[in-house]
Amino acid sequence: MKLRRRHVVLGLWLALLLACVLIIAKTRFVSDLSAFMPKAPSARQQLLVDQFRYGIIGRLIMIGIEGGDAAGRARLSQELANRLRKTGVFLGVQNGDSATERRDRRYFFDNRYLLSPDITPAHFTVQGLHAAIKNSIDALSGDTGLIVKKLFARDPTGETLRLLDQFGGSSQPRILHGAWASRDGKRAVLLAYTRAPGTDIGAQARAIEIIRNTFKRLPDRQADSRVVMSGTSVFAVKSRNTIQGQVTRLASASLLLVVLLLLLVYRSPLLLALGLLPVLSGALVGIAAVSLRFGQVHGLTLGFGTTLIGEAVDYSIYFYLQRAGQLNPGHFWRTIWLGVATSIAGFAPLLFSGFPGLAQLGVYSISGLIAAAIVTRYVLPALVPQQLKLRDLSRAGFALDRVLDIATRLRWLPLLLAIASVGVIFAHAGKIWNRNLSALSPISKADQRLDQQLRNDLGAPDLRFMVAFSAPDKELALEGAEKAGQVLRGLIHRQVIAGFSSPAFVLPSLALQRARQAAIPDAQQARQRLRQALVGLPVRIGRLQGFLSDLQAARVRKPLRRANLDGTSAALLVDSLLIHRASDYLVLMPLRPFDRSAKVPLDINRVQVPLQATRLKHIVVIDLLEESTRLFRNYRNEILLLSELGCLVIIALLLGALKSASRTLRVVTPLVCSVTCVTAVLLQGGTRLTILHLVGLLLVVAIGSNYALFFESGGQTATPAERRRMQVSLVVANLTTVGSFGILGQSSIPVLSAVGTTVSLGALFALLFAAILSRGKTGLQPR
Amino acid sequence: MKHPDPIRTAAIAWLFFVLAVPFARADEAQLPQLMHLLAQTKSAKATFVEKTYIGIIDRPLVSKGDLSFVAPDSLEKRTLTPKPELLVLRKDTLTIERPGKRRMRISLEEHPEISAFIESIRGTLAGDLSALKTFYTLRLTGSMEKWLLVLTPKQQRLNRIFSRIRISGSRADVNTIELDQRDGDHSVMVITEISHSR
Repeated sequence: MKLRRRHVVLGLWLALLLACVLIIAKTRFVSDLSAFMPKAPSARQQLLVDQFRYGIIGRLIMIGIEGGDAAGRARLSQELANRLRKTGVFLGVQNGDSATERRDRRYFFDNRYLLSPDITPAHFTVQGLHAAIKNSIDALSGDTGLIVKKLFARDPTGETLRLLDQFGGSSQPRILHGAWASRDGKRAVLLAYTRAPGTDIGAQARAIEIIRNTFKRLPDRQADSRVVMSGTSVFAVKSRNTIQGQVTRLASASLLLVVLLLLLVYRSPLLLALGLLPVLSGALVGIAAVSLRFGQVHGLTLGFGTTLIGEAVDYSIYFYLQRAGQLNPGHFWRTIWLGVATSIAGFAPLLFSGFPGLAQLGVYSISGLIAAAIVTRYVLPALVPQQLKLRDLSRAGFALDRVLDIATRLRWLPLLLAIASVGVIFAHAGKIWNRNLSALSPISKADQRLDQQLRNDLGAPDLRFMVAFSAPDKELALEGAEKAGQVLRGLIHRQVIAGFSSPAFVLPSLALQRARQAAIPDAQQARQRLRQALVGLPVRIGRLQGFLSDLQAARVRKPLRRANLDGTSAALLVDSLLIHRASDYLVLMPLRPFDRSAKVPLDINRVQVPLQATRLKHIVVIDLLEESTRLFRNYRNEILLLSELGCLVIIALLLGALKSASRTLRVVTPLVCSVTCVTAVLLQGGTRLTILHLVGLLLVVAIGSNYALFFESGGQTATPAERRRMQVSLVVANLTTVGSFGILGQSSIPVLSAVGTTVSLGALFALLFAAILSRGKTGLQPR
Repeated sequence: MKHPDPIRTAAIAWLFFVLAVPFARADEAQLPQLMHLLAQTKSAKATFVEKTYIGIIDRPLVSKGDLSFVAPDSLEKRTLTPKPELLVLRKDTLTIERPGKRRMRISLEEHPEISAFIESIRGTLAGDLSALKTFYTLRLTGSMEKWLLVLTPKQQRLNRIFSRIRISGSRADVNTIELDQRDGDHSVMVITEISHSR
């Protein structure tokens, strides 16, 4: 019977593992940034995510060429741009070359009667023509007269300048030796955008590689010339590589550490191998559970595998003690189950997090812990020899006991530290939280700085304020942009905003283009009206033949389409502001506030309200900075609330199991002290807390509760010998946790290092404080 | 002061040009002296009348306004008619403001040809010989009481637009600035000083 039961247990276990392996084999592992981009709960935030997913932002690669001299850099820039254009990988490569500039000028000049916002029937009446031409003549004598003069004969009504005026304020990079250069002139800059979408990380990685290799093969390169790159896709590729590289390294390092530690303590390869079984089973079940729940597993979730190594190894350590006959089995398992329950209560808040990465971590940890505990309870007994000979640790046990007895007298210390910590936390009031979502991004500070520099070099527009709406097709999207544009022009007039960008500036809707064509009078009428308009003006009609023939050509020509923009920099404008989504179009119209440095540069309600009148679908005005700050605040509050709930559940569990308020207090006090102390240490060390630090604190409670429980229960019921055994194993368990999380804390990925540092520090504090406070009465008992 | 008609100005200029050639060498030596004289000016205010002759336009366009100069590198040109316009030059930045239009801001460092043109006026006002010589070949004729400085652009990009710039004056006062464009268009600015501090 007993033997049969053993076989059933082992069979079930192996079947479970096999099932997990099968699920994992089919699992898609991802390591992009998405897991720590919050699921966007509001329509506005969804826009931001879509802009990245479908828009041009995810496809832009900013390139800088450094080293050598300015002329050399400009030459490399031209050569690189030419070669990259030929690869077909990029939709466009811009570097301020004169050919593109010429194409831009041509596009605006040739199409001025379809593009200029002034083209209405009134513009071509006698009065309209007279006013416009007089205006141009006056401008001829002004400081920009030379520019006006060049255009005057064919564009006496000043359309080209009028439509270029719309772009005023958007800065362009400076041009040095015929190519874009940084403000300080020390770097040539280019802009490439890929054909593949930003979400195709593989294609983005190939594009980046192509740029790097093409640059390497450029002829006549000076020895110190080099290429640097930045952009959302570069970040995505970089973080994927970092995550892939680090997760494997961190997991192996902490596994190795645990193995060494266990070998050192037990000196038995068999015990080591068996001791790791709960961990490995837990990890497999955890990954499989995440895969089933989310359809994919994020690389970072694997990075958190150490959370399991840290805690599940403890179970087998405790189990060996029990098997060696030194702990009362019934009592032992009660404590273990209570520990598992409090840990689950600690991890459970993560399940409800809006960050998919954290939710994955919650599922992974809970299912993994349950699996590890069950394997420890039912599978290990079937495998571990009945008579377990443990290495004699009694000398260490006695020594530790003496140390802890002394420590018990320091009961005032944790409380004092906690009070001091509360003081530190109060001193940091207002600067506790890092409100910047980018604090979670795995991109190094140096890379972020380079990104900012290249952005400034390229004069990339400040996209803090934007109007956004969606439309079922391209034409309706452009018509919407024109409708919104009219409202926005009114707001410029009323000085609410300084300006805006619109895809319709360079590509008006077909309807508007046709309306403009219809506004142009026929040849005879045009000549007649012009003749009358010129009365009293110092220009003879004979000089303006070019104007008249251009008008007629514009009247009957084919309207402009996106393809007409190919090769101009205006193409980039349209592609970045008119975004083709899965089933519709998203239109973005960046706004320019009057004073960017003002505390409130723009009251978005003053834009939102008049725009509602356009009745465009989902039209919203977004303040990106405000939006991301709010996002962070929401998630932080969400996690705070959930953590508080988790703590309440833990206290309720303890109260129910221990059936004593004073015993519960003895378990909870060291946890509270360690959480406050860790927070104070982090703040004092100059760290600003992110959501991930909060998660770390939650783990401190989840893991630390086990220590406190064991100390507390040891103090209540165990014999001195049992207690000494238990103390040694607690220290070993703690060292594995501190070690494995400490390794995680070394990661350069902020998400991992935040949790790693917090937990390793917190676990150490929790053990110390639990030893001092929870062990409590034992020190006073006679031995 | 007089409002010279263009023909007379042109005639005088031509006369100077013709007469000056044989004495060019002698006057060349006076250049540092003139520059030194000009460099004494700390600040000046003046009114201007500018006539622009453009081929396509049948009659000269006249604009009027104020000028002010503070040594060594601040220059303001405020046009009042026909279209209000404010051009401000401070160190390396040129801004042009027009009512109802966005302010245009040009960094001279990034636009060498505009920089060269600006230097012709600012360099003369400031008596900065080396700045002038960077961009132009200079020819000085006449006497200190009535001098004419002719600047011919060295840079090809500028030379394609302007054939020469002629500046005339009397001692430390600049009286006219004439721009001759390659396409035959030209402009004459007559400057009347209001105040002057040395």
